[in-house]
Amino acid sequence: MADGIEPQDKILLGMYGIDKSFLGVPVLQDVQLECRPGEIHAVMGENGAGKSTLMKILVGVYQPDAGRIELDGAPVRFHHPRQALAAGVSIVHQELNLLPERTVAENIFLGREPRRRVGVDRTAMERDASRLLAALHADDVISPRALVGRLPVAQQQLVEIAKALSFRPRVLVLDEPTAALSPHEVDALFDRIRRLRADGLTVLYISHRLKEIFDLTDRITVLKDGRRVDTVRTAEVDTRRLVHLMVGRDLDHYYPPRATPERIGEVRLSVRGAGAGMLHDIDLDLRSGEIVGLAGLAGSGRTELARLLFGATRMATGRLEVDGRARRLRSPRQAIRCGIGLLTEDRKSEGLVLQLSVRDNSLLAVRALGRGPTRRVGLGALLDRVDLRGSTAREVRYLSGGNQQKVVLARWLATGARVLIFDEPTRGIDVGAKASIHELMRELAEAGAAILMISSELPEVIGMADRIVVLRQGTVAGVLPADASEAEIMLLATGEPDRSGVGVGAVADGGAA
Amino acid sequence: MTVTAPPPATAAPERSASRAWRLLRAVPPIWLVLAAVIVLIAWRNPTFVEPAPFLAFLRRCAPLAVLAAGQVFVIIAGEFDLSVGALVTAVVVVAARLSDGDAGNTWWLIPLLLAGGALVGLVNGLVTTRLRVPSFIATLGMLLVLSGAVFLWSGGAPRGSLADNFRQFGRFGVEIPGLGQLPYAVLILVAIGVGLWLLLSHTRFGHQVYAAGGNPRAAGLSGVDVRRVRTAAFVISGLSAVVAGVLLGGFTGVTAEAGVGYEFQAIAAVVLGGAVLGGGRGSVGAALAGALTLQSVFTLLNLLGLAKSLRDAVQGLIIIGAAAYAAHRLRRSG
Repeated sequence: MADGIEPQDKILLGMYGIDKSFLGVPVLQDVQLECRPGEIHAVMGENGAGKSTLMKILVGVYQPDAGRIELDGAPVRFHHPRQALAAGVSIVHQELNLLPERTVAENIFLGREPRRRVGVDRTAMERDASRLLAALHADDVISPRALVGRLPVAQQQLVEIAKALSFRPRVLVLDEPTAALSPHEVDALFDRIRRLRADGLTVLYISHRLKEIFDLTDRITVLKDGRRVDTVRTAEVDTRRLVHLMVGRDLDHYYPPRATPERIGEVRLSVRGAGAGMLHDIDLDLRSGEIVGLAGLAGSGRTELARLLFGATRMATGRLEVDGRARRLRSPRQAIRCGIGLLTEDRKSEGLVLQLSVRDNSLLAVRALGRGPTRRVGLGALLDRVDLRGSTAREVRYLSGGNQQKVVLARWLATGARVLIFDEPTRGIDVGAKASIHELMRELAEAGAAILMISSELPEVIGMADRIVVLRQGTVAGVLPADASEAEIMLLATGEPDRSGVGVGAVADGGAA
Repeated sequence: MTVTAPPPATAAPERSASRAWRLLRAVPPIWLVLAAVIVLIAWRNPTFVEPAPFLAFLRRCAPLAVLAAGQVFVIIAGEFDLSVGALVTAVVVVAARLSDGDAGNTWWLIPLLLAGGALVGLVNGLVTTRLRVPSFIATLGMLLVLSGAVFLWSGGAPRGSLADNFRQFGRFGVEIPGLGQLPYAVLILVAIGVGLWLLLSHTRFGHQVYAAGGNPRAAGLSGVDVRRVRTAAFVISGLSAVVAGVLLGGFTGVTAEAGVGYEFQAIAAVVLGGAVLGGGRGSVGAALAGALTLQSVFTLLNLLGLAKSLRDAVQGLIIIGAAAYAAHRLRRSG
């Protein structure tokens, strides 16, 4: 162990002035990150703050537009993940990248299998895999010969880490490794990470879960909107301070006025005790005239809930009523017949048929239902309502994100949907189009629609919602009134009991500044 | 000295030239290729473009064109149908046995064959969408099942013969003064072409075929029953194979090899017409043009005295070339 010789503030890894844009949209601006040898360094921030992009630049998946990376004081440039691996930087990505039909050992040494004169030396490969698993204290639970697909997710995660360790890294990046783990499994993982630190490894830990950051890390770099806010010692901050660093920003955007109480009408969609997959015990009412904001961390089940309400996944437990009538939704088709519409999170892969025209995409649902009265829907009138101009023969892939969203919205107006679920309605949309989508949503609510709006952007949730439902780990963690603060939402979403001893109200003051 | 104003004299021709260019670009390129090949044939054999030989050429094209017009539904919906060639053979062999030269059998035989074709398409569709067997495998399996069954049933040498009123669809036509004989096959081709074009481009079902192939997830989330739409596309392909079989049986007579290779020719024709394997793009008109082009290229090769065995090689090159061109266009515009 080199601890004794090296000065405490030696920098093992430095990233300086990192800029990155995608298609002209800046994702990272002038970001700096410094890691000391043998520390666990957290990179945290809200969804979309740029954490994952920064890490992908570090390991050579993306090239930075500007800035430099130094390892042990020497400038490095990784054009390919292989180069980063060779230099001692390994990453375990958020999504597992394992071959389920191959064994643990085969996965760890994929493409680098130890060879005999002819063919692969299985014995050596399995022995080395065991040794790596032993470093994680996992050799007794995971056999190198087990098929990866048969292992529970937590153990697959360990296989990924073992694979990363097989490159003998000096810096190990863990990108949200706990997203799919139970609390017990998280504790076990943390023990293992601490042991790795004791062996001298530097760990970059990406997460937005406050509890994990406090439990595990030595220092924290906070990113917000693609910029570094600050780097702090974990021991010197409390929840309130950290939440403030993460969300403390100005509302830079005008939102249409909220619904007045008399505008809010009867319940259109209601679920009780709903569950399926990761979701459980969800109670939710959507009322005519009201926009309900649905907040929660990535992985809390927001999109899953949207799909459940839309019949895209079947409800395993609980009951659902539309306009007071109990319904079983077995397909989106049935949900659409009940007057429900879903604007998906990912417009390109789930919302639109990109090579079809504005006309064909707008009329897709009406045509699919093939029912009489909707036949004479005037396309012109529809597109006027969503304020979309231009030729209806254009293929939608040539439209801007905002206009694409308007096409999807027109589709649901055409079916006469009275319950609209917006999943990240303004993701990837520029500011001007954002405002017009927001105004459209409010107009629809005023016309009597019940709206559920899922958003990772807390200012949007706060600015738009008449009521805020916060999800955590697959169920409703709490409901907040329209004027809730970002800090209140974050506390519910992270489930962090307040560490500072200050009441929620006080935290709210900090967060809303 | 001013350099800002462009000389108006050159502007006008430029504009009209660019308009002509735009018009040209709006035409699916396969029609231009078809025109070019026909010009080449006419250059070697000027009588080709006279009415009677040209109608005979169209009659020769009809089975393939009908197959392509059915296949294009399956391909736009994002699947393949490799079973059509074997289905054509089955239609010819089964029809010969059941018809047995008796004109009185024809009236029930044709609906029976159509029902059989629809059933084959239905099975293809259900195996693909319900059992989730990739259509490439499912229809390849169907191809083998059908050819095996035909062989078993016929013992390798088809028995029976087609009644004259059955053969007339592929063989004869209506006399038109001045033009000679207008083959029934051409009339049937036109009717089916127009019918399928209307179905694909002007009905709700047709729009759903494009959506189901273009983005099945988005289509499903918009209420399109993707599995049903795809199954229906297979049924259409099966029905078109029966029509092609009836035409081919009348034209070439009864053999156990009647439909061999037609599945690949049909797919080649559709790809030539600019459809993208994987779904979402294509049209009936362009598929028909693709079929005519393929057939005219074969005619041209014959005229040039190239061996018939070269056909397959040329066909392979054409498929690869057309697919590469389509991919190139997509990349450029997307």
